[in-house]
Amino acid sequence: MSETLYTIEVEVNGKRRSGTVPARLSLVDWLREELHLTGTHIGCEHGICGACSVMLDGEPVRSCLMYAVQANGHRVTTVEGLAKPDGSLSVLQDSFCETHGLQCGYCTPGMLIASQALLNSNRNPTEEQIRDAIGGNLCRCTGYQQIVEAVQLAAERIAKEAK
Amino acid sequence: MKAAPFEYTRAASVVEACALLARHGDGAKLLAGGQSLVPMMAMRLARPAWLIDINEIAALKFVAVEKDLARTGACTRQCAVALDDALAARVPLLRQALAWVGHVQTRNRGTVGGSLAHADPCAELPLVARVLEARMLLRSAKGTRTLEAEKFFAGPMATSARADECLEEIHWPVWSWRHTGSAFTEISVRHGDFAMVAAAAQIAIDGDGRCVRAAFGLGGVGGTPLAFPKIAARLVGTRLDDALVEDAAHAAAAETAPGSDLHASAEYRRHLASVLAARALREAREKARAA
Repeated sequence: MSETLYTIEVEVNGKRRSGTVPARLSLVDWLREELHLTGTHIGCEHGICGACSVMLDGEPVRSCLMYAVQANGHRVTTVEGLAKPDGSLSVLQDSFCETHGLQCGYCTPGMLIASQALLNSNRNPTEEQIRDAIGGNLCRCTGYQQIVEAVQLAAERIAKEAK
Repeated sequence: MKAAPFEYTRAASVVEACALLARHGDGAKLLAGGQSLVPMMAMRLARPAWLIDINEIAALKFVAVEKDLARTGACTRQCAVALDDALAARVPLLRQALAWVGHVQTRNRGTVGGSLAHADPCAELPLVARVLEARMLLRSAKGTRTLEAEKFFAGPMATSARADECLEEIHWPVWSWRHTGSAFTEISVRHGDFAMVAAAAQIAIDGDGRCVRAAFGLGGVGGTPLAFPKIAARLVGTRLDDALVEDAAHAAAAETAPGSDLHASAEYRRHLASVLAARALREAREKARAA
């Protein structure tokens, strides 16, 4: 039996991308396997670990809990879309390096998406708000402290740049 | 790809969703936020032949606060409900419960109706619906009907909705007493996980501090979320002293028959039920006094 294919058009990191997908292909599989945007990681594949977080129309969601066909007509931002246009690291990404907010790096794309989404809506988050924002992302290396520090540092830097 | 193959269709309206359900029968499932259904399909615990996506139906996404009730569209995202200040002022238990539901990423996608229709006995929103006696508006190609929460929840992961029905709206009663307070609490392995046991309570008192209405319930200790209206009625007219509150919590816990699993024994769950019910009732009482 051949599987029905569905045509989709999704704005990914500002570019219009189209594809032909079976309904059961998850959004994260489409991003990684078809668009070769392998920055988004796959961890648990059932919504526990947060590694696959992307922004859908600006809000962080888990791309393993969505089918690619559902993203048709929507806007997706992956970790590749966070860097500056010249390819250099964003303030948040650089802050993660600065505070040692990553070790093995597996959770990092999800952490970056979750904390960038927080900073987009809240320029000056409290530690509690930061911990809540990354509460759905598991990290087995850092103990989270340096990740919290990275977000705090990024918020300070963004505030300074705005002055 | 982990799910079994299925056909996908986007419904543009509730009427269309109902027509599709009628056409495809038992093999069709509605897809709301997908935060439970998609993992179940990945594990092949669910293998629908058709998924009818209701995420693009704007008419299913709204919060309307009226005099005696608040209405939410079934496909309203959990984050939208949690952030609605007018709703939080009239039905505070919803925001209080949603703080325990999953994480930012799952609440951005997860819907109120999806959580109710999934009917996990440990989930927070079904417990709130049961305690507040919410009503579910169901639509099918044949028409609409309303079901009280007590009748809607039929068992673990089971509701009384027919296979051809779509949950369209949820009606949350508003308590209009000035001194009303509510509280939600739970114990889980990690914050955001399903509760081992959850408790919710809402209390209204008069100007003299006497209880005029009380409602409370427990999740995770039976096949459906449980409410205890008869035990709660015994609190009416009292000043809700700690001893009375603890008696009520203990009586409720004694009526439950929780199961044992890897995370907690039945005995521990019943102990939690008593402790958490008392905690929720006391916190609701303090908020009512402060209101």
